[in-house]
Amino acid sequence: MEKLYSLTAHELKEKIDKSSLSPSGILDSLFERIASVDKKIKAFVYLNKNASSGIEKNRSGKLYGIPILIKDNICVKGEETTCASRILAGFKPPYDATVIKRLKAEGAVLIGKANMDEFAFGSSCETSCYGPTRNPWDAERIPGGSSGGSAAAVASDQTILALGSDTGGSIRQPASLCGVVGLKPTYGRVSRYGLIAFASSLDQIGPITKDVTDAALVMNVISGYDEMDSTCVDMPVPDYTKSLVKDVKGLRVGVPKEYFIEGIDSEVEASIRRSIDVLRDLGAKIVDITLPHTQYAVSTYYIVAPAEASSNLARFDGVQYGFRVQDAKDLIDMYIKTRSKGFGNEAKRRILLGTYSLSTGYYDAYYLKAQKVRTKIKEDFDNAFKLCDIIVTPTTPTPAFRIGEKTKDPLSMYLSDIFTISANLAGLPAISIPCGFSKDSLPIGLHILARPFDEETLFRAAYTFEQNTDHHKRKPAL
Amino acid sequence: MTSKYETVIGLEVHLQLETETKAFCGCSTEFGKRPNSHTCPVCLGFPGALPVLNEKAFLYSIKVALALNCKIQDIIKFDRKNYYYPDLPKNFQISQFDMPLSYDGFVDVISAGGTSKRVHIKRVHLEEDAGKLMHPAKSSFSLVDFNRAGMPLLEVVTEPDINSPEEAYDYLTALKAILQYLRVSDCDMEKGSLRCDANISIRKAGEKELGVKVEVKNMNSFRWVREALHYETGRQIALAEASERIVQETRLWDAEKLVTISMRSKEEAHDYRYFPEPDLVPFIIDRKIVEDIRKALPELPEARANRFIKEHGLSEYDARVLTGQIDLADYFEECAGEYANKKTLTNWINGDIAAEMNARSVNILELGIKPKDLVGLLKMIDGQSISGKTAKDVLVEMIDTKKRADEIVSSKGLSQISDKDKIEEVVREVLAKNERSVNDYKGGKKTAITFLVGQVMKQTQGKANPAMVNEILKKHLGE
Repeated sequence: MEKLYSLTAHELKEKIDKSSLSPSGILDSLFERIASVDKKIKAFVYLNKNASSGIEKNRSGKLYGIPILIKDNICVKGEETTCASRILAGFKPPYDATVIKRLKAEGAVLIGKANMDEFAFGSSCETSCYGPTRNPWDAERIPGGSSGGSAAAVASDQTILALGSDTGGSIRQPASLCGVVGLKPTYGRVSRYGLIAFASSLDQIGPITKDVTDAALVMNVISGYDEMDSTCVDMPVPDYTKSLVKDVKGLRVGVPKEYFIEGIDSEVEASIRRSIDVLRDLGAKIVDITLPHTQYAVSTYYIVAPAEASSNLARFDGVQYGFRVQDAKDLIDMYIKTRSKGFGNEAKRRILLGTYSLSTGYYDAYYLKAQKVRTKIKEDFDNAFKLCDIIVTPTTPTPAFRIGEKTKDPLSMYLSDIFTISANLAGLPAISIPCGFSKDSLPIGLHILARPFDEETLFRAAYTFEQNTDHHKRKPAL
Repeated sequence: MTSKYETVIGLEVHLQLETETKAFCGCSTEFGKRPNSHTCPVCLGFPGALPVLNEKAFLYSIKVALALNCKIQDIIKFDRKNYYYPDLPKNFQISQFDMPLSYDGFVDVISAGGTSKRVHIKRVHLEEDAGKLMHPAKSSFSLVDFNRAGMPLLEVVTEPDINSPEEAYDYLTALKAILQYLRVSDCDMEKGSLRCDANISIRKAGEKELGVKVEVKNMNSFRWVREALHYETGRQIALAEASERIVQETRLWDAEKLVTISMRSKEEAHDYRYFPEPDLVPFIIDRKIVEDIRKALPELPEARANRFIKEHGLSEYDARVLTGQIDLADYFEECAGEYANKKTLTNWINGDIAAEMNARSVNILELGIKPKDLVGLLKMIDGQSISGKTAKDVLVEMIDTKKRADEIVSSKGLSQISDKDKIEEVVREVLAKNERSVNDYKGGKKTAITFLVGQVMKQTQGKANPAMVNEILKKHLGE
């Protein structure tokens, strides 16, 4: 019998439409798979055994019957949502995030919550209070982060689709390291209402899927204006499946010289160079471009993101919800003990960083300066996109590293997002797709960026590449 | 107070805007409801919830800013003010820091003595209110009500232009009048819909440098603002006279002990770590909207007072008193539409009616005398149905019973006797009984007539028309 769990959403959709495959059949297949695999991978923090209840009323929905795993920082009404942090233990949101409302309305089956780095602070899934998720290609390695649970679950066929969130690469980096597709939409394309904020000006929700077509299907459902989010842009949403055409002839592909730096893994670089050749052979025009402020992206990000995070996370104080210590003497003591015990080390590190850079006397030198550099980085892209239609880079400098390898060295951990951060600072859409494997059989991802709100070109390029290669078809042995 | 020193005061007024929903979510702003019944994920600061600006709050803010003669910023931008307190759900307040909605305005304040003073407005900005903490007696916990959290607050900050507690009082009165005219807030200090903090310092008269400022909080009426500032002026002068240092600090007004008490010094002051609110996108303020609001501004107290002087021939003082409260001014104008003698009307409203409002601590609407009923009463005096003296009693009766003047007069038989024959009859009786007074009068003691008038009035229970009584008496006494 065909293994339903191994199929893509569009394949299942066709079966549901044509051969009246029942959603519960898909779910049963997945639950079996999860039972046998997740002991090893640990991608789930919550599995909803009643996931299919109530979906019948959305039979005509665009994702009817298709299981989707939700990153644990997106609010699902009545389901514990913790951001993989002790401080939110027991928190059950009284409302659905806008993306969740839209998925439910289209008949998607929400099978559970995915592990992640605590509050999305991390690139390895190791800062989760539940412990790390493991990379399906090598269980001794990290799956990437922060949406590591989502990416690992998709790669190990434990879900059909997944949602992640991306603040500096948190969708694309784990997608790359797990050999799946991860898309960060343009800032403002998808509502953030109900996404527990890390850095409000950088966060976007996006899909992690087995192929590009599935990413387009999810984007068709979650994109579009939301009156609950003032940063969500009121622009019509195209049908992204119409962008899935095998044609890059004449497409100008920018290759920024600053992204092929010292320290980049030679196998990664070779893979990306080969991918560029593939695009050239398919008729794309390769253009050398420059993004001169690239070297400042990581430092800019590590000022802006923690600053916003320090303020966003202030609300976790034990007063209204989540974890609260019981032995506090007074209010201040309750704040201090609750936050000291509730947050992990990386969360504390970022709260301190952000609090410092927003303080009187430091604001101008750090936060304000960083915002100015951010504008420069955005201008780099504006200029580059005069010469090209998409930009391609590696998604990560190396394939998946080993668990524990970088936990003692935050700076080297921060550098694993070096290629993905700029898209967040500039608000651009970007996708990571499988483009090769290392000799150790570890996946390598190709990173494609496009102009703001030009997800269509992103899809067209990614789809064309995917359909002319077969990296996405390779599966980890589990 | 010694004139050696000059007092310098700046006021910060927080004003709750009377929008139907909160500043950044759809919750009702209704006052006095069950705790936490008007809340949602947004105003509770729940994880993942995001603010969306209430357009009405924005438009009201522009309206106030224009009425205070402020310039309007090109862009509206919000900032986060970060501090921890359990009544602040997100542990930051959405406020405006370096780009207030409006700035550089003024209010012309006319004191009771008639002198005019321009108080400059430094800035007017929009922010959200916090919830309310409650500390149940004898318990080891506190409770918090978030119904108020997220209500739109307008902060109106003056320049340090105010030079006495009386001026501060007059400024607040003028500001409140303007706000009431705009119908954007009920300005009720007891409900907390208007709150005032003061910055006060002293300096030697003629000096340019400002002295060390002290912030005074916790004054919950205009009167307490005045009293607290009096106390604080005295305290600071005493320190200066004793060559002691005035410390920059925040002090709380204690309305029972009538003193200010130190709360915290500047060294303990917060670093609010302001930064632009990333969840609210700055947007350009449409100048057309601003101009439309400007054109639609109602007649404000000052303009109305001037019109009352011109149109109704009122004194400056009467006009100011009447226009100081919009409801009172409206009341006057409604009466004036049906009653020609504006002087009499004004005297009644600013006299007996005002006295009754004060005595009962109610406003003109709560007093419950309809304009047409007051006019009815005044017309009864003019038509000599009742005397002016009786009318005062009738007015009180009207307030107490909510009945019309004519109903009261007829049911109590208070009608003035203007029947010549009836008065003649009583006069003849009185003259017959008081021969001595008659003789006194005829003998040249003209004051004796007062006694005789009194006797006639007594016989008629005060209802006889006094002018007629006089006339008829004199006729009978052979004048």
